[in-house]
Amino acid sequence: MRLADLITASLLALLGGVVVFDAVRLGIGWGTDGPQSGFFPFWLGVLMIAACAGIFIQSARRAPTVPFVTREQFRPVLKVLWPAVALVVLTQWIGLYVAAALYTGFYMRWIGRHTWLAVLAVAILFPLATFFVFEKWFLVPMPKGPLEAWLGQSVRRRRRHHARNHHRCPTRARGR
Amino acid sequence: MPPTSAIILLTSLYWGALFGGAITSILFNIPGEPWSVATTFDGYPMARNGQGGQALTAAFTSSFVGALFSIILITFFAPLLAEIALKFGPPEFFAIQLLTFSSFVGLGGGNPLKSLVSILLGFVLAAVGLDIVTGQLRMTFGFVDLMKGFDFIVAVIGLFGIGEILLSVEEGLSFRSVPTGMNLRVVLDTWKILPRYARTFVRGSFIGFWMGFKPGGATPASFMSYAFAKRFSKHPERFGKGELEGVVAPETAAHAAGVAAILPMITLGIPGSPTAAVMLGGLIIWGLQPGPLLFKEKPDFVWGLIASMYTGNIIGVLMVLAFVPFFAAILRIPFAILTPLIVVVCAIGSFAVHNSMIDIWYMLIFGVLGYVFKKLDYPLAPLVLALVLGDLAENALRQSLIMSQGSLAIFVSRPIAGVITAVAIFFFVLPIVTPWWRRLRGTSPRGA
Repeated sequence: MRLADLITASLLALLGGVVVFDAVRLGIGWGTDGPQSGFFPFWLGVLMIAACAGIFIQSARRAPTVPFVTREQFRPVLKVLWPAVALVVLTQWIGLYVAAALYTGFYMRWIGRHTWLAVLAVAILFPLATFFVFEKWFLVPMPKGPLEAWLGQSVRRRRRHHARNHHRCPTRARGR
Repeated sequence: MPPTSAIILLTSLYWGALFGGAITSILFNIPGEPWSVATTFDGYPMARNGQGGQALTAAFTSSFVGALFSIILITFFAPLLAEIALKFGPPEFFAIQLLTFSSFVGLGGGNPLKSLVSILLGFVLAAVGLDIVTGQLRMTFGFVDLMKGFDFIVAVIGLFGIGEILLSVEEGLSFRSVPTGMNLRVVLDTWKILPRYARTFVRGSFIGFWMGFKPGGATPASFMSYAFAKRFSKHPERFGKGELEGVVAPETAAHAAGVAAILPMITLGIPGSPTAAVMLGGLIIWGLQPGPLLFKEKPDFVWGLIASMYTGNIIGVLMVLAFVPFFAAILRIPFAILTPLIVVVCAIGSFAVHNSMIDIWYMLIFGVLGYVFKKLDYPLAPLVLALVLGDLAENALRQSLIMSQGSLAIFVSRPIAGVITAVAIFFFVLPIVTPWWRRLRGTSPRGA
């Protein structure tokens, strides 16, 4: 814990330093019509460095006791963290829904060792349910990838086909 | 939609959120809101002992009692406070902000320096981006993504949601599925026990209202109520292991404070909680300027809102109570399914704030930060609150300094600001003074 405390306090003090640096660039004094942009951040940074120095001294005086985290404790943490990072990376490439399906399925199979039937059911139904809740109901668009683009294209193509064969219906065209 | 209906819709969502904050705290040990943190202390152990239904019933009922108490007080005292509030200027607002954050340092327990760093970090994050006064970019260092700044919703999801999952898996608390009773009998049985805690209810309501009507009170109120309940209990050793009173106390105070937080929002224009900040935004969208004049200019709006608080909370408590068996059943979902679902929902929530991918990354970073801070005893609630109130506090400070031509004396020379500043300074120096005071009186320092 002691080492982690020292490192965290140092990093936060460093952040305070960055804040002070930027505040000085903006000006920390009195402008033409009041305090300049950097005035408030400057004092935040200064106080932060001072408080972190205090924490640093407190921690340095204490004898090292329990470690911040043991290897056994950290393994389950990583098992949650890495798949979550993978989810975010995948979301950027292939959209949230497909990423959520892969992530949920992988996690259920890897950690929970659920049957493939359960894995497939949850991994398909959960993203579908969220799609309808957010995309259709709340009208909040989520990041999408190639699969949604392909699905959207085929839906649009079919609609266009439909519209060409029948009379053009202006209300429906406007609705989509 | 007329503005009164719109704000009633927003506040009703808020009551729902206040009731709902307890659900995830009790079921998954993940507080949905900062003021639900204290509910996890006994709520989660109860759920693990298979008493999830009882804990939920107690939480919802206590919330309702606390809310009702605060609404009755608001009904009678809101115009009075609005009168006082008319005398408030930027120095008074800044003094109130100072008081809010000083109470975290002075009364929050734990390391005061770490509380201070949490507050400062929140303010720093709030300052990132465009400075609305001068139009300059602050602390963006040329990164376009930083221009938007950090949103407190993303921070809350990361710090509490993701951080909590990491912390609980580390402690080996995999969300074990617990069999629970699946009928409404649980509600009635719990109601039979609850009158025993009448004193806790009254104490929690008072603490909640008192702390809540100044900004940012709900979280310290819930902690304080919990601490009082533990101190006055005949069985303090049972707290933290699944004691019903440990759920009643923080929930009563949190909801009383949550309702009281509406009061500064409509009378002073200062949101008392992150959620009230969102409602403030709603008011402004409708062209209503929250503040003392609202009572004079739009009385039908204000009293319509207060009347809706009664109905909203009654409907709210009936609805959540009806769903207790359903919520309790969620505990049967195995860990390996629940974890990815929670993470995905967190990601969706973060993305939806600004429709931006970077917010999901921020969520992960805040998650790791929350995990580290929690382990090192840096309090998270002040960080979030500073992030929310950062711009308001800074503007109040700047305006005050403009008024006084740069002299800090303005915070002590005006009577109301002077008193509030004095109390705030007292709280700030309390951690320094207390050890000396104890030594002076010859008593050994006690771990509270």
